Amino acid sequence: MNGPVAAPAQTLPDEAASSPVALQRILKGLPGVDQVGCEARAAGLATRSIKAASKAWALDLAISMIDLTTLEGQDTPGKVRALCAKAVRPDPADPSCPRVAAICVYPDMVSSARTALGGSGVAVASVSTAFPSGRAALDIKLLDTRQAVEAGADEIDMVIDRGAFLAGDFTRVFDEIVAVKQACSRRSQDSPDAHLKVILETGELVTYDNVRRASWLAMLAGADFIKTSTGKVQPAATMPVTLTMLEAVRDFRDATGRQVGVKAAGGISTAKDAIRYLVMVNETVGDDWLDPAWFRFGASRLLNDLLMQRTRLATGHYSGPDYFTLD
Amino acid sequence: MAFEYAPAPESRAVVNLASSYGLFIDGEFVDGSGSSFKSVSPATEEVLAEISEASAADVDRAVAVARNAYSGVWSTMPGAERAKYLYRIARIIQERSRELAVLESLDNGKPIKESRDVDLPLVAAYFFYYAGWADKLPHAGYGADPQPLGVAAQIIPWNFPLLMLSWKIAPALACGNTVVLKPAETTSLTALLFAEICQQADLPPGVVNIVTGPGATGQHLVAHPDVDKIAFTGSTEVGKAIAREVAGTDKRITLELGGKAANIVFDDAPIDAAVEGIVNGIFFNQGHVCCAGSRLLVQESVYDDVLARLKRRMATLRLGDPLDKNTDVGAINSPEQLAKIHELSAVGDSEGAQRWSAPCELPDRGFWFPPTIFSGVSQAHRIAREEIFGPVLSILTFRTPAEAVEKANNTPFGLSAGVWTDKGSRILWMANALRAGVVWANTFNRFDPTSPFGGYKESGFGREGGRHGLEAYLAH
Amino acid sequence: MPTESSVRLGVRKTYKLYIGGAFPRSESGRSYVVSDPAGRFLANAARASRKDARDCVVAARKAFPGWSGRTPYNRGQVVYRVAEVLEDRREQFVDSVLSSEGGARKAAQATVSAAIDRLVWYAGWADKVAQVVGSTNAVAGPYFDFSVPEPTGVVAVVAPQRSSLLGLVSVLAPIITTGNTCVVMASTRRPLPAVNLAEVLATSDVPGGVVNLLTGDVAEVSPWLASHADVNAIDLTGVADPALARDLELAAADNLKRVLRASGVPVQAEGGLADDSAEGAEPDWAVDPGLARLTAFLETKTVWHPIGI
Repeated sequence: MNGPVAAPAQTLPDEAASSPVALQRILKGLPGVDQVGCEARAAGLATRSIKAASKAWALDLAISMIDLTTLEGQDTPGKVRALCAKAVRPDPADPSCPRVAAICVYPDMVSSARTALGGSGVAVASVSTAFPSGRAALDIKLLDTRQAVEAGADEIDMVIDRGAFLAGDFTRVFDEIVAVKQACSRRSQDSPDAHLKVILETGELVTYDNVRRASWLAMLAGADFIKTSTGKVQPAATMPVTLTMLEAVRDFRDATGRQVGVKAAGGISTAKDAIRYLVMVNETVGDDWLDPAWFRFGASRLLNDLLMQRTRLATGHYSGPDYFTLD
Repeated sequence: MAFEYAPAPESRAVVNLASSYGLFIDGEFVDGSGSSFKSVSPATEEVLAEISEASAADVDRAVAVARNAYSGVWSTMPGAERAKYLYRIARIIQERSRELAVLESLDNGKPIKESRDVDLPLVAAYFFYYAGWADKLPHAGYGADPQPLGVAAQIIPWNFPLLMLSWKIAPALACGNTVVLKPAETTSLTALLFAEICQQADLPPGVVNIVTGPGATGQHLVAHPDVDKIAFTGSTEVGKAIAREVAGTDKRITLELGGKAANIVFDDAPIDAAVEGIVNGIFFNQGHVCCAGSRLLVQESVYDDVLARLKRRMATLRLGDPLDKNTDVGAINSPEQLAKIHELSAVGDSEGAQRWSAPCELPDRGFWFPPTIFSGVSQAHRIAREEIFGPVLSILTFRTPAEAVEKANNTPFGLSAGVWTDKGSRILWMANALRAGVVWANTFNRFDPTSPFGGYKESGFGREGGRHGLEAYLAH
Repeated sequence: MPTESSVRLGVRKTYKLYIGGAFPRSESGRSYVVSDPAGRFLANAARASRKDARDCVVAARKAFPGWSGRTPYNRGQVVYRVAEVLEDRREQFVDSVLSSEGGARKAAQATVSAAIDRLVWYAGWADKVAQVVGSTNAVAGPYFDFSVPEPTGVVAVVAPQRSSLLGLVSVLAPIITTGNTCVVMASTRRPLPAVNLAEVLATSDVPGGVVNLLTGDVAEVSPWLASHADVNAIDLTGVADPALARDLELAAADNLKRVLRASGVPVQAEGGLADDSAEGAEPDWAVDPGLARLTAFLETKTVWHPIGI
């Protein structure tokens, strides 16, 4: 409904793939994002006050949307197993507590996570494509991805080539996403392809105009999810950045009919913040995205704060960190 | 399951309402010699308090004590000392801001989110800003030794009761004038709480006097022979009556009157921000804003897109209890105003414009009107020409910048305008061509104490705010 | 029962430097004796070194983007807050001025009042100075053209030697009100009000690093500030020695620092210090300061933009 309109015979993604000029035209034809207006709108949404039953509902929803993450050089199978246990039963004292959406690990930890999670329903997400910098040759990135998929990853969190994007080589970024998407395929009827999340690393794109363009670029290339950040660059997820991406997935669905998910990753560590994001989802893209299938939080510390607030609502008094497991 | 927000009401307990209020004259609350009237909460129709109606004799007394305070204390006090009184008032407003915000929302019907986050911070900021001028007047550009005028009669409207009070009282006092202020009949309560703040600040008696009452009280105040200056914010009709009243006298006047602002959206606008700006422009404070962007001019090439986005955004507006922190649109201030909005909307229907209202439930009690847009409006329609002063937007289209300017200027009003485009040079070209006192570009309804505000044409004359706002209160 | 004063020994305060929001001793480990006008011991003050000055410049530079990026309204509120906290501690400052400058208690009280009022005066300028010295320029062409004042950056200040509080506030307030950050050398012989003022600043919402304060020997430290390439301007108000002032100005020329010269007229000393003449002339701090000190450390930026459809 805005900006680019597909020619009758051709879908918008087809047109984007047809030539570098077409891709440039589509991305540069997107409406601008006014920084002040965008930040004011995000700040306005952050003033909503959520109470009582709505808050309890939102806390559980937020828990179920978490990609519980460990992406450290010091990760071990033991650490990953512990995190998986936490993912399946976040609050050992309360079986009514929902499980998280996924565990997010480096590719070499996928098999450990796969084994630990079994049929729990918690998905395994793996970062790939030379995360977090993305500075590797394409065939290495594809191998990185295929190995994670073969090891049992349900979801692949790839990074875009920010250097190419900032240099204006949109086609290079586009082609790389298309190739990684193909590498997510299991080529089998029985097991579904891995879902592709595309990390924009908005902290390196800097402007909201770039965030909107990169969002459209990733969606046109076939992303199932667009994700804000690796968590390794500051700033990571912010309300205005996520707002810009939500507006993009909304407009993209209007233009193409395909719904794409959004993952806000990095820097969201309190229940209060998480609820603000959910309010923002609710008021910009609505119910359709208020589901772990369409909105995720990439976080590690957030879960325990959500659990503490959950306990606070259930018991009526404030809890402390000693009462929740480390991982 | 949908995300339903539970009610999150701001506590009323911070406000101690008396059952009745007198007038504030000579530093004290006194019973008026006239009758009294009720102040009603527009959201519930609950009677909040009984308020004295200032009689002619009461007004005479207020002007007399203001004159005494002017010649005896205030005009001769060093500017640096006047400044410190105003800084004190600003600080007390900050300290008591939640109480003032709750009372404002109760009495006026505006959402607490606005009274708390917009009105009150601005009220304090205006006092801070003009406090700073009190001892710097020789630097203001109005002569080496500018002098105050005397007693200022100030009449303010009900849409921003406390904010309009600050726009009037802060510069008047900074320049060395004393004031007699009449709040609007339906919104006297925060002005009376402000009187209490003057007492807490030990402001010398008679410097600020507040007389409550209907239009007749204001008429008497305006006509009073010992008033040197009249500052009025309100309808163009009353503004004209005041201009006639002072004809042939030495009284200085400034008038902030009605408007029918064009909010102009070009095809290259930052579209999501523009939609926010349209919503803020007309639904902020239920559209009870003289500078509201009540005429939307959309470039024809993006009309369908803008309209669809606007409707989608309007569907998320939450209308209801002004004290609920999640309320976006509050109550219409009075049954009279509600009737006027209904009447003009009916005219819009009969003239053939297409009405669409946001799907929100209206409470059973109180005065309410849903956020509403009329599409298919042309320049000839009454809803494109007359100020509705409610949450009602008229949408027109244009093809070229010149046509947008022509349509925007084709009104007797000239208070404000909005321009939405990513092209800087076009913003400046439009700003040059628009006959309006304030032009907002890629934003709307912004106010700041440093920024002069006021209208062209029948939107009034004189400026409030900024260095320019001093001129209205100085002889030079 | 004995009264408290008969048995209780007072706890003396250690007077330290103020750098980046913290109160360190001099890295040099040195101190010097501060006496009252009658020569009685008051305190040992820290004697700042070249390296302390260097640390101050680093702290001031680090604080500059944040402080200059705040809204003028906010800076005005902060400077006003300094006045409030100073008023709250006025007796301490009356004592401090009295012991540093001598004279009558009443005069010291008037001095403290004037210092508070001066802060209030400058606080009000924060959001007004652009309205008085800025402009839109009616250029002959289709351009929107305007000029706005901006803070120059890091300012090194040699504070007045005699007027240890009012003089200090009068040079400091205009510098920070407009968004500059600064490194201040306090009066050498009367540094105690300055250190007390630093404690007020530290508790008045002034971000750390906006004001950095050194005590010690002006002749030793100020040349390092004058020649420092990351200092944008220098205020020589408190430099009594004309030869030193000239040397500092020469050093400042290397990176074209903006220089505000000492421009005092001889005033009658209030306390009657023995070697007043060596402390040079000082402006009359009691009079309306005008705009000179505000504009001394402002740049003017002019912006052009075409007007067209």
